[in-house]
Amino acid sequence: MSALLQVEGLSVRFPTTRGDVAALEDFSFEMREGETVALVGESGSGKSTAALALSRLIPESTGRVISGRVMFEGRDLLALPVHDLREVRGRRIGMIFQDPMMALNPVFTIGWQLAEPLRQHFGLSQRAARDRAVELLGQVAIPAPEQRIDQYPHNLSGGMRQRVMIAMALACRPSLLIADEPTTALDVTVQAQVLSLIKTLKDELGTAVLLITHDLAVVWEIAQRVIVMYAGRKVEEGTAADVFDDPQHPYARELLRAAAFASGGDGRLPEIPGTVPSPFDMPPGCRFAPRCASAREICRAVLPPLKSSAPGHAAACVLVGSAVP
Amino acid sequence: MMPAKLWFVLRRVLQVIPVVLAIAALNFLLLHLAPGDAADIIAAQSGGATPEFVAELRRSFGLDRPLYQQFLFYIARLMTFDLGWSNVQQRPVFDLIADRVPATLLLMMTGISLALLFGTLLGILAAMRHRDRIDAVVSVLALLAYATPQFWLGLMLIVLFSITLGVLPSGGMMTIGPDMSAGARTLDVARHLLLPTLTLGLFYMAIYARLMRSAMLEVYTQEFITTARAKGLSEARVGLVHAASNALLPVVTLAGVQIGHLLGGSVLVETVFGWPGLGRLVFDALLQRDLNLLLGILFVSSVLVVLINLAVDLLYGFLDPRIVHK
Amino acid sequence: MTALVAFWRKYRRNRAAVAGLAMLVVVLLAAIFGPLVYPTDPFDMVGRPSSPPSARFVLGTDVSGRDMLAGLLHGARVSLMIGILASLGATLFGLIVGAIAGYYGRAVDTILMRCTDFFLTIPSFILAIVIIAIFRPSVATVTLAIAAVSWPQVARLARAEFIAHRDREYVLACRALGMSDFEIITRQILPNALPSLLVVSSLLVATSILTESGLSFLGLSDPNVISWGYMVGVGRTVLRVAWWMPAIPGIAILLTVLCINLVGEGLNEALNPRLQRR
Repeated sequence: MSALLQVEGLSVRFPTTRGDVAALEDFSFEMREGETVALVGESGSGKSTAALALSRLIPESTGRVISGRVMFEGRDLLALPVHDLREVRGRRIGMIFQDPMMALNPVFTIGWQLAEPLRQHFGLSQRAARDRAVELLGQVAIPAPEQRIDQYPHNLSGGMRQRVMIAMALACRPSLLIADEPTTALDVTVQAQVLSLIKTLKDELGTAVLLITHDLAVVWEIAQRVIVMYAGRKVEEGTAADVFDDPQHPYARELLRAAAFASGGDGRLPEIPGTVPSPFDMPPGCRFAPRCASAREICRAVLPPLKSSAPGHAAACVLVGSAVP
Repeated sequence: MMPAKLWFVLRRVLQVIPVVLAIAALNFLLLHLAPGDAADIIAAQSGGATPEFVAELRRSFGLDRPLYQQFLFYIARLMTFDLGWSNVQQRPVFDLIADRVPATLLLMMTGISLALLFGTLLGILAAMRHRDRIDAVVSVLALLAYATPQFWLGLMLIVLFSITLGVLPSGGMMTIGPDMSAGARTLDVARHLLLPTLTLGLFYMAIYARLMRSAMLEVYTQEFITTARAKGLSEARVGLVHAASNALLPVVTLAGVQIGHLLGGSVLVETVFGWPGLGRLVFDALLQRDLNLLLGILFVSSVLVVLINLAVDLLYGFLDPRIVHK
Repeated sequence: MTALVAFWRKYRRNRAAVAGLAMLVVVLLAAIFGPLVYPTDPFDMVGRPSSPPSARFVLGTDVSGRDMLAGLLHGARVSLMIGILASLGATLFGLIVGAIAGYYGRAVDTILMRCTDFFLTIPSFILAIVIIAIFRPSVATVTLAIAAVSWPQVARLARAEFIAHRDREYVLACRALGMSDFEIITRQILPNALPSLLVVSSLLVATSILTESGLSFLGLSDPNVISWGYMVGVGRTVLRVAWWMPAIPGIAILLTVLCINLVGEGLNEALNPRLQRR
C-alpha cells in the first residue's frame, strides 16, 4: 500500500527578536491510509509546529518552512499553488485544535460554521448544507441537533464544542485527520468520550489520524504507531506496543517511567534532571545529552542518526541495539 | 417568564429616565449659575426698570421661590416640552430647536455612516495587506485626518470645490429658487450635503480605520482564524467574513459612544457651511447671547445622545449574541 | 538614569515618533522664544489689510492689517498653554475620581462611574460652549471648560488600571504590612498606572488644542489674546479672495496636533509594550 502521507526532512524556523529559532528540524515520517499515528512530546518539542506546517498553516509572520517535502496523496503540499492547497485543506485533510472555545468563531452559529466547508468544497446550497450539518451533529452524538444547530459556541459545553469541531473536520470525509491536543482542554470525564468518538469515526470512515499529544494515556488508547519528539527533532519511532514495552531512547524511557508513576507506580515522582535546552542555545550534538544519564562523549559532539533496533522501530541514539538498561 | 431579549430591552429603556432627569438637573444648575436671571434680562430689554418692577417680575416667574421648587416647576415644564422662551428671536425655544433637528440628524447620520463604511473598509484593507505599502498609506492618511481641525478642513474644501472648481455649493442645505420635483430636490440636497458630510466624517473615518485595523490584527491572532484556513477557505473570505465580523464589534461600539462628540463637531461644520441645523443654531445663539436657547440646545442634544445610545445598545444586543445573555 | 536610556532606545524605534518629537520641539521653541525674537504685537495694525505674504510680512497681514506671523507665534503660546493646562487639569481630576472608584469598588465605584458616564453622554463640545458663554470667555474659563469636559475619559482609564492592580499580590502584601489606603494608592499602584496615564494625558493635549481652536473659531476665545482658531475665524470672512489667511493658522494647528499625536503614540509603544507578533 502506498503511503498516504510522506514527510521528508521538514524544517521550520521562527524568526524572533533574538535570532532565528529552529522549531522543527529535519523531520521525516510516513503514514498509510487508515493508520493512526501519535506525535508525542512536551511543549516546545515541535509537534504542534509539525502539525501546522503540513498544510502550510503557519502564518508568514510567525515562521517559515525552510526545507522539506510533504507528499500527500502524491502531491507536495509545500509546493502546491495556493488555490490547489485550499482544495486539500478541509476536503482531504481535516484539523481539530486544542481549545474548541477559541477555535470556533464566536459570532456565527455552529450550524453556519459546520456548513461552511460543505458549501465551499461541495457547492451545496444553504438548505442542503444545513440538513447535512444536522446529520453530522447526530453522528457526533450531539443530542437534539435541530435545536443545537442554531446555537452559538458559547451555548455549548466544552465537550460538545469539541464534538462540533470533529464534525466540522470530518464533514467532507477527508482521508487524514490531524488532531492537535484534542482532549487537553477538556475535563477528564469528557476526554474519554471524545477519544472514543474519534476512534469510532475513524474506523467507520477509514480516516487516517495524526494525533498530537503530550499525554501518553491518550496515545495508548488510540495510536497504532508512535513518534516521540524532543527539542524539535524526532527521537524515537515505532508501533505503540514496541515503544511502550521497549523504549530505546533514554528520553522515551524517562517519559514512560513518569507515566507509569501516574498510573500507580512506586510512590516517588521520577524526575528527569535538567530542562529542555533553550532554542537559542541548542547543544551541537544530541539534544538530550545534557540530561542523559547514559551520555557519551560522542553524544555531545554529533547528532545521532536514527538506528533501527527492530523492523519498524528506530531511535536516534548511539546506544540503540546495545544492551544498556 | 419574559424571554431574555424582551427583558433586556425593557431594562435598557428604563435606565434612560434617571439620566434624562440628571441632564435636566445639570441644565437647571447652569441656568442658575448664569449672572442675572430672566427678570433681569427682561428688565434690561425694556430699558431699565424700578427695583419693585423687577421684584414683581421675579414673583411672576416664580424666581423668588426656593430652589427645589423652581426645579420641580422646571421638570414639569420640560415634560410639556416647554424649554423656555427665546427673547432674542421671540419664539419658544422648543420650536426653534425642533425646526433644526432634522437637518442635523441628516448630517450626522450621513456623516457617521460614511465614516463607518469607508473607515472599516480601509481598516480591513490595511489589516489584510499588513506590512504592504497600502497599510502604510492608510495609516499615514489616518494620522493626518485625525489631526485636521474640522472647521479648517471645511473651509479648505470650500476653497477647492466651490470657489476654485465651482462644482459644489459652498453652503446651505438647498438651492433657493423655483420648485423642483422630488427627485431634483433630493439631488439638490445631496449636492449640498456632500462637503459637510465629508468634513464631519473624515475625522471619524480615520479613527474607525485605525481601530478596525488594529482590531483585525488582533483577531488574526485568534485560533478560529487558523480553523477557518484549515477548512480550505480563501484568504479573502477568512478576512472579510471571519475576521471582520469579530473586529467590527469594537468599532461599532466606539461609533455609538461618539455620537455626543459628533454633535459637537456638527456645530463647527454647520457653522462653516451654513447648514440649517442645531449646530448652526448654537452659533447663532452665541452671537445673540441667547442663553435660554443655548441651554435648550444642550438639553435636547443630550437627550438625543441618550436616545441614540439606547438604540445602539439595543442594536448591539442583537448583533453580538453573547450580550443579551449577560 | 538607565531607565531613561532604555526608554529612549525603545522610543527611538518608532521613526515617526522621533520625527514628531523633533517637530514638537520646534513648535515649543517657536512658542517660547518666538514672541521674544519677533516682538510685534499681534493686535497692532501694522500693514495694509489682507496683503499676501511678502518680504516685509512673511505670512502677510489679516483683514485688519495685523501681522500674521506675530499672530502665529503668539497663538502658539496660547494654544499650547491652554492645551497643556487643560490636559493636566483633566488628568488630575480624572485620576482622582478613577483611582477612588477603581480602588474602593462597590458603591463608591457605582456612584462615581454613573457620574462619569453621565458626563460622557452630554455632548462635550456643546457643554464647553455653554460653560464659557455663561462665565465669559477668558484663558481661564476656556481652560477650565475644556478640562471639565475631558476628565471622564481619564477617569475611566484610571479606574481600569486601579481595578487591575487592586487585587494583585503586592497590594495585598502592602495591606498586610499595615499600609494605609492612601499610601497604597499613591506610592504603590499609581507608579504602575502612570505609563497609560501619561499616554492618555499627552493625547489629551492634542484634543484640547483642537477643541480650543474650535471654540475660538466660534468666537469663544479670550479677547485679550490671539489664538489660531480665532485667526481662522477672522480669515473666513475673506475666504474667496485671501484663502491663505485661514489656511495658514489651520496648518499650524494641524502640524502641532499631528506631532503631539505622534509623540503620544511613540510614548505608548515605548511604555506599554504589547505582545506583538512580528
